[in-house]
Amino acid sequence: MEHLFSDYTLRMVALGSAVLGVVSGGLGTYAVLRGQSLLGDAISHAALPGVALAFLLTGSKTPLALMIGAALAGWLATLWILSVTETTRIKYDSMLALTLSVFFGAGLVLLTWIRQRAGASQAGLDTFLFGQASSLVWRDVVAMAIPGGGALALMLLFWKELKLLAFDPEYGRTLGLPMRRVDLLLTALLVVAIVIGLQTVGVVLMSAMIVAPAAAGRQWTDVLWKMVLLSAGFGAAGGVTGAMLSSLETGLPTGPLIVLCMGAIVAGSLFFAPNRGLLGQRLRRRRNAGRFQRETVLLDLYALGMQHADPLRPHPQGAVQAMRAKDLPVDRLLMRLNKEGLVRRAAGGWGLTDAGLRHAETLRKERQ
Amino acid sequence: MSGAAAIEVRDLTVAYRDKPVLWDIDLTVPPGVLMAVVGPNGAGKTTFVKALLGLLPVSAGRIRFFDAPYEASRQQIAYVPQRGSVDWDFPTSVLDVVMMGRYGRLGWIRRPGKREREQARDALARVGMDAFAGRQIRQLSGGQQQRVFLARALVQDARVYLMDEPFQGVDAVTERAVIDLLRALRSEGRTLLVVHHDLQTVEEYFDRVMLLNVRRIASGPVEQAFTTDNLRLTYGGRIAFLRSANTADAADPAAP
Repeated sequence: MEHLFSDYTLRMVALGSAVLGVVSGGLGTYAVLRGQSLLGDAISHAALPGVALAFLLTGSKTPLALMIGAALAGWLATLWILSVTETTRIKYDSMLALTLSVFFGAGLVLLTWIRQRAGASQAGLDTFLFGQASSLVWRDVVAMAIPGGGALALMLLFWKELKLLAFDPEYGRTLGLPMRRVDLLLTALLVVAIVIGLQTVGVVLMSAMIVAPAAAGRQWTDVLWKMVLLSAGFGAAGGVTGAMLSSLETGLPTGPLIVLCMGAIVAGSLFFAPNRGLLGQRLRRRRNAGRFQRETVLLDLYALGMQHADPLRPHPQGAVQAMRAKDLPVDRLLMRLNKEGLVRRAAGGWGLTDAGLRHAETLRKERQ
Repeated sequence: MSGAAAIEVRDLTVAYRDKPVLWDIDLTVPPGVLMAVVGPNGAGKTTFVKALLGLLPVSAGRIRFFDAPYEASRQQIAYVPQRGSVDWDFPTSVLDVVMMGRYGRLGWIRRPGKREREQARDALARVGMDAFAGRQIRQLSGGQQQRVFLARALVQDARVYLMDEPFQGVDAVTERAVIDLLRALRSEGRTLLVVHHDLQTVEEYFDRVMLLNVRRIASGPVEQAFTTDNLRLTYGGRIAFLRSANTADAADPAAP
């Protein structure tokens, strides 16, 4: 009985956090590409008073009611940010920070008040701060999957419009596409992605679920749909791992554990991704440095030969070394070139092979 | 085609808060010309182009394309923004960016398909970039970025082309390719209005010019409008020695 129960819990936890990771990872791609990472933070913090008010008005803790309250509050906060930055001189980032803290403060006040007024019956609401995945049940998962799936479907439907919005919105307007409405649509989708994760991850750290998977995905690819897929995958992986960890070891809140897992994924991507990763960059730099050195030696040998009007004429290693600084490892470079079939050992030292001559001639053309 | 002007601007004023950036501009651009917009930094050249495209609120004035308001003629107007206006690290390919030029005709939701891809390839061939169709845009040089933007405008197949600094920061080869393309578009009967910063090439490249510095200083055929007096009015005294190489009244070394 005990075993069965924990099995069900783990299944729900895994399923719920996978759903949430896929949705927030996928949609987070656009937020990151548009440089709107902090908007997610503002929306999630602003959702807290919405959760509290929804509870006060309906008196229930059904996920749907709380989510609608959270979504309305997040949406209102976004509109408020947009309209104030458009009509006054307050900058976008100041407005984000301001809205985030004011709404969050209001949420904390309401939560405290509920706690004093209603006693123990509100215990569920505090989990909205740092998240509690182990309390997920089937109806929670359904309540996350339906709006989340809908948001992803809309993203696919308006793929071309969203891509244009993220890349060049002004040009989009000259094409006659209503980019402002597309912007509002994307914001609404972002609100959905955030709201469905509040119960699991909590308002304080939810924005990491929007930003981190996309930041990691960006490292691995230069193709938008691949980035969306990777980001969704990373979101699910980080979400499930973190949520499982928190459910196994009771007492640890889910949000921080998920964020730590996401952090590990981002760090790994920053380091190991083939093109943009730090490791790949360093290896490539070293490879290039070696290649450039070998090409120098090859061209030197060619130049020496040309002095005798015979590019294939061999020369002693000392003659090649004399053309360069002392610390250039000409011997090693010649060995390596030999292995590549570009130079050969001959009676008078080292000479170009036919392939080496062709290569030197192309290089001369390219580098001049 | 009727005898209507390609672009007709009357009494255009655009203000940023309380300060007019463009003041009371009149301009008539006949169809089939290649016209430059020149003026010093901060003269409002980019603002002017954006106002024509309805991207900025207009304080006063009337703008018409072929005797119709902008909203009605949008599909006939293509825009080439400044190269620096977008993030070239965006994860997408050259072909994808060029196909964006068809998004307006496609309308909502419909995806670009085979036809759009072919049009995009043709446009890339016209700017000499057909070999780059599959490239990621972050791998492009400045001149290649510029040509991708031109190709994106080409697939719009428009009657009027508004271009913001298409020669900005490109090498000599690209500059040649771009001016050849602009001339080819003109010979197809299209109208081009081009923000330009290099005074040395105005006479060679363009047949008409507008000199702009908040107000319209002059406009018309290059040989009439592009005079030393008008340039001095536009740029202030500094301009005299800039033009000393190729003007008759160059013997004026007293320029401040």
